[in-house]
Amino acid sequence: MASEGNGGGLAIYALRRVINAVPLVLGVVVVNFVLIALAPGDPVTSLIGEYPAPPEYVERVRHDFGLDRSIPERLILYVANVARGDLGFSFANRQSVTTLLLQRLGRTLVLMLSTVVVATAVGLLLGVLSARRPGSLTDRGATGFALVGYAVPEFWLGQLLILVFAVWLGWLPAGGFRSVRVEYVGFAAALDSFRHMLLPMAALSFRYMAITTRLTRASLLEVMSAQYITAARGRGLSENAVLWRHALRAAALPVVTVIGYNFAFIVAGSALVETVFGWPGIGRLMYDSIYTRDYPVLLGILLFVSVTVILVNLITDALYAVLDPRVRY
Amino acid sequence: MAAEGGADVAVAAPGARRERSNASAAWRRFRRSSSGVFGLTVVALLAVVAMLAPALAPFDPHATSRAAFATPFGGPHILGTDNLGRDVLSQVIWGSRVSLIVGLAAAATATLIGVVVGALAGYFGGWFDELLMRVTEFFQVIPRFVLALIVVAFFGSGLVNLILVIGLLSWPQTARLVRSQYLSHKTLPYVDAGRALGMRNARLMFLQILPNVMGPVLVVASLDVAQAILLEASLGFFGLGDPNLTSWGGMLNSAQTFIRRAWWMSVFPGVGITLAVLGFNLFGDGLTEAYDPRMAPR
Repeated sequence: MASEGNGGGLAIYALRRVINAVPLVLGVVVVNFVLIALAPGDPVTSLIGEYPAPPEYVERVRHDFGLDRSIPERLILYVANVARGDLGFSFANRQSVTTLLLQRLGRTLVLMLSTVVVATAVGLLLGVLSARRPGSLTDRGATGFALVGYAVPEFWLGQLLILVFAVWLGWLPAGGFRSVRVEYVGFAAALDSFRHMLLPMAALSFRYMAITTRLTRASLLEVMSAQYITAARGRGLSENAVLWRHALRAAALPVVTVIGYNFAFIVAGSALVETVFGWPGIGRLMYDSIYTRDYPVLLGILLFVSVTVILVNLITDALYAVLDPRVRY
Repeated sequence: MAAEGGADVAVAAPGARRERSNASAAWRRFRRSSSGVFGLTVVALLAVVAMLAPALAPFDPHATSRAAFATPFGGPHILGTDNLGRDVLSQVIWGSRVSLIVGLAAAATATLIGVVVGALAGYFGGWFDELLMRVTEFFQVIPRFVLALIVVAFFGSGLVNLILVIGLLSWPQTARLVRSQYLSHKTLPYVDAGRALGMRNARLMFLQILPNVMGPVLVVASLDVAQAILLEASLGFFGLGDPNLTSWGGMLNSAQTFIRRAWWMSVFPGVGITLAVLGFNLFGDGLTEAYDPRMAPR
């Protein structure tokens, strides 16, 4: 409750939030464990294959994997494994789930981060242009774009982009991570990867551009009637200076947080877009794991993504407190 | 709110008439919102198409024919045929049923859970509120798409499963909204009056307070329908739709394989999803205008 010193208040607030996050993480782990227990098919069968095995051997496998213990014992075992970073074993990929996830993580992050940057920049710009003259043609255009952009499913947009830019115009590759026929090095390789990323990024960012545009516009219109804006105008500042220097700073706050709070949706969108474009990230891994019935991978992804979402929410809250001088905890 | 007249007038007016005048005032405001009217039109059209699907569809959506990959706008198949020679127009028409049923039923499930949880938390408060809000928070942070995907992959992707999974994962927003409404309503004079008359908690919660907070709840419910339609389509695109029914997401899943061969397989179902989602979102905007003009998007 230190209202004068933001630092101390913030630290206490952050600590409280971290403590609050602990039961959430535990809840996620327990849900995961329950899902593992409920997963269809006998885990022993998937370990040793379909053909008949001697009962002693089956028993030994059961024992080795702790499947003969009681449910609470297995839960503790599972929590201990997760705490050590062991998320299970992928039978389809013959690899530990953690290794597999880490291998794919980079490519998903590249896609998601560039999407967030592009979507925020374009969305802020459109929102400002829109709020500058409410009711103008620009405003109507941007508002219409925001409405449609929020309704278009990412994966369909991805297919449309492939149709237009890859199939009909032939400007960009339809999918994959890099060209397979030509071996590029250095700058050419980077350019090649960038060309492969353009369409997935466009498909994924559309929705966040729409959200950001709508939010920037709404919060700008709200801020523009605040007293300190009138005061700035009264001091003789130009309308552009008022808009960009004073209003946008306050209006951008909700935009920062919306990205944080929508993080789970960006992950889902990324999974769909990766599938459309054959982008070898975590999302594509999810799609493939459904068909190979590689359930440990799916559960590992659920746990990983859930914990990441909790962390991102925490960071978003902290960021909001740091950025907004009016917020005190 | 000022348009509704002074509070004393409202209390004096007989209940039934007041309700009707409220509803007609809301409808007047709704009609003034052009996006709301557009949304309502799209939703109504969608409902008509879904209900009359057997009469409207020129072909059986499951019937394969030798005319695979027939191009649209020429010949009997107006929107072309897919890889198995099925009529795309008929599939799009029948697909509206799945989207609408899953969207409405899942949103209804979510609203029901959200109202009950939010009402209990807001009305009783204390540790009970704290507990329910922790649970709500948990359902808010858990990634909906990934969890829905796993549950459906494990337990089957029949229509009922889809509705239940999407509904069970979509209620937190309603719960939080209802809770905050109850927190402010439970201290108002009419609730005190009801309590003084000896009304039980359940009656106060669901017969006295609930009708007064239904406006914003309906707004969220309408947006929930849009989100449920999107989620169902996404699962369908991942191959996890009801295997016995034609759905827009499922159509886009098969379209992916033949994207260089048949653009029409991918374009038309996507138009359906986008229109349905847009319709319910705009309908929600109109409802906001009708029930709480101050909160309406400008």
